Amino acid sequence: MARTSTAARPSKQTIPTQDKISIALTVNNVERTLQVSPWTTLLDALRDHLELTGTKKGCDHGQCGACTVLVEGRRIISCLTLAVMKDGAKVTTIEGLAANGALHPLQQAFIDHDAFQCGYCTPGQICSAAGLLAEGKAKTVNEIRELMSGNICRCGAYPNIVAAIQQAMGQTGEKS
Amino acid sequence: MPSYIGTATSRVDGRAKVTGTAKYAGEFGASDLVYGAVVESTIPKGRIVRIDVSDALRVDGVIDVLTHENRPHMAEAPGAWKDEVAPDVGSPFRPLYDDIVMFNNQPIALVVADEWETARFAASLVRVDYERAAHATDLYAVRDTVRDLQKPFKSSKPRGNASAAYAAAAVRHEAEYYIPIEHHNPMELYASTAVWNGDGKLTVYDKTQGVQNVQRYLCSALGLSSDDVRVMSEFMGGGFGSGLRPQYQVVLATMGALKLQRSVRLVLTRQQMYELCFRPATIERLALGATTDGSLESLTHEAIAVTSHYEEFARDDTTWADGLYTCANTNYSHKVARVDLCTPSDMRAPGATTGVYALESAMDELAVALKLDPIALRLRCYSEREQGEDLPFTSKALRECYREGADAFGWDKRSPEPRSMRDGSELVGWGMATGVWEALQVPITARITLTANGHAEVACATSDIGTGTYTVMAQVTADALGLPIESITVKLGDSTLPQSPVEGGSWIATSIAAAIGTTADAVRAELLRRAQQMPKSQLAGMSPDNVTLTNGKIVSKQNPSHSALIADVMRHGKMDRIVQETTAKPNDIGKYARNTHSAIFAEVKIDEQLGIIRVTRVVSAIAAGRILNTKTGHSQIMGSVVWGIGMALHEETLIDHRFGRIMNANVAEYHMPVNADVHDIKVIFVDERDDIINPLGMKGLGEIGIVGVAAAIANAVYHATGKRVRDLPITLDKLQR
Repeated sequence: MARTSTAARPSKQTIPTQDKISIALTVNNVERTLQVSPWTTLLDALRDHLELTGTKKGCDHGQCGACTVLVEGRRIISCLTLAVMKDGAKVTTIEGLAANGALHPLQQAFIDHDAFQCGYCTPGQICSAAGLLAEGKAKTVNEIRELMSGNICRCGAYPNIVAAIQQAMGQTGEKS
Repeated sequence: MPSYIGTATSRVDGRAKVTGTAKYAGEFGASDLVYGAVVESTIPKGRIVRIDVSDALRVDGVIDVLTHENRPHMAEAPGAWKDEVAPDVGSPFRPLYDDIVMFNNQPIALVVADEWETARFAASLVRVDYERAAHATDLYAVRDTVRDLQKPFKSSKPRGNASAAYAAAAVRHEAEYYIPIEHHNPMELYASTAVWNGDGKLTVYDKTQGVQNVQRYLCSALGLSSDDVRVMSEFMGGGFGSGLRPQYQVVLATMGALKLQRSVRLVLTRQQMYELCFRPATIERLALGATTDGSLESLTHEAIAVTSHYEEFARDDTTWADGLYTCANTNYSHKVARVDLCTPSDMRAPGATTGVYALESAMDELAVALKLDPIALRLRCYSEREQGEDLPFTSKALRECYREGADAFGWDKRSPEPRSMRDGSELVGWGMATGVWEALQVPITARITLTANGHAEVACATSDIGTGTYTVMAQVTADALGLPIESITVKLGDSTLPQSPVEGGSWIATSIAAAIGTTADAVRAELLRRAQQMPKSQLAGMSPDNVTLTNGKIVSKQNPSHSALIADVMRHGKMDRIVQETTAKPNDIGKYARNTHSAIFAEVKIDEQLGIIRVTRVVSAIAAGRILNTKTGHSQIMGSVVWGIGMALHEETLIDHRFGRIMNANVAEYHMPVNADVHDIKVIFVDERDDIINPLGMKGLGEIGIVGVAAAIANAVYHATGKRVRDLPITLDKLQR
């Protein structure tokens, strides 16, 4: 068909994109060096450059929490973080939580309590929960709910997510 | 061996999901992979006069820009674009087909580049001149253009004379209710990766609820032969109806791969997903007339919903009362009004979610007018038979839902007067509502491969969109073959597997369970035939019904000491596997109504000064036959209740009608429930024995959980405040008005 043709490339000068910058990240205890553009987010660096697709993109605007990872043990939104900002940092993703094939207590608790359905928000929920446990601020059910509210679960598994986190905290029963 | 059916079995795909190894559509790579970015229209209606891609093409790393002017061949005939769940009336949207713009944010170009960021940047450089046409996106503004459905629903014949009975009724209630546009917002972005395998063959990883539907659609729309395209979707990050029809990104990614002869990944942005599909905005008018003791004398339910200008999408909002209440005089009508938006779609319990919200709100208002307890009114009108066609139900344990739900909630402690219950500075409201959905089954095929080492694979081209299909398929297969669940592998989400319709309508679990049952029967019969060929077979003369499979053996039911090891049978027959495939069709059970039912009880607490509403407790009592998996089933209902909370209090797509453009196309300003919005949710599965509907007595659970929840919450808000808000969502400003 006549309409099928590659769009004619203009002869004018090309518009350059951005020069690549070399950065080093320690991801899940493995040192990785990669060439990224300044505009590449940590999320896209993980997913597209390092093929660690366990970290999810749900909005790319810091609104849903699906991209939550741990940087130096703190939970952050990797879609609002440029990769170059974290040169030299220690990053833990969902792929790095299980040790020697044994699930992290949160991973096991999420399975036990059916704290997900489609599973897409789950890596972010679990990384966020790991950060929550490290912060040590949440003591009650209501505090867990509040401090996990940056992670949207459209399947609506919230009560099971809270129960899973309580199990991992070693708590039983409500303390609200 | 213990049975897996009916137990709280954990998801068999759980480990893949909690370790990040489950791969979704936008996560598959290829050595020649390039990335797409979509350019969208900035007008709601008109045509493209000029589209200038020269700057985009000058960007270093850009490979091509596809527009309606240079795209590959696609089918002209609208019929070629009809997928298996497309509306009967109208012509489906064809991305990049021509210069016509039918809605704002319509895809009009695809930029392909070696990196995603480059493609996105270049997309911002595409310049478009338009010729604008007058548009309308507001349902209220086009209400006078409302029209009857070109393809009316089957049910909805009037009974008696509703208007005369209404005029004569002792107690009457009439009101209009409104449900705004809502969006599915699954967490996974819509994505397709079209992997170019060489020699014109493609493997397309797509976010969809139906791989075979997408496969046939791509072949038909893009003129490909069936062998050229395989569509895969092993994991899907939520659908809720948005993935029933193929979405435009799969066309663009596939077209890009065909044109460039290399692999293309296209992940839509969250903003772009707001112009894929949505729950239609709907106006519902209810008029109820009753005797002073609460018998319904007249019931009128009219709905007006939006659809697009190019397709007539409609789901029945108005006849759900026929499954719940007796009434001699009824009038139901569902009409549509056309707006300049993309075509609406199914979204969790389409028709029922909106229609039953209005019906059950009106029933609550009638109970108030009658000074009758809301449950007492519903029991007064309780129908033992489906009213539209006067049919018996295969089962209907709705009375048990009311009773067990009320007991668990503590309904007897409710003081009926509005504003009469308090907790400190908060007003407390208790409301209830009824839910109803269909118990559907569809033809579907299962293949079982049993190997001599005691392992079985069960395969079907269906989907697991988070609903637990992997798990229930493993449970049913394990039970039918007498194997531990760890010995079962489930294959799904691959268009080359045995046939399946789209996953939706709450029909897959029951349907695939039936197909696995008949296929396992065939496996057992084949094993028995082979066992009987062995010398001195202890199973000689038995029929397949006389034997069962358990612990790796084929065993006589009457005399369990008579058996044969399956491994020995296969060795003797010189086989390493038995493969059987059967199709199960819905049982021909004669004339019955097939429904699930529910009763929902909600508690709200409302700060009187600020109007802040919290849903502190919900009890959902569900009658859905035998529950296959109480753990994943509980999660489906609980998640549906969360959706009901969102519908009642949060969710609303806001359009600036001057521009026909969605203003809150993101997940911060389109409010959805977050963890802190959700408190105590109790799910009860009432005992409902059903010997008619199918051999396992099961009904689906995907939709029933949301139906009625918004009404229960709205009724609780009225009970707390004495204020009736009839347009959703019930936000604090509406309470303060």
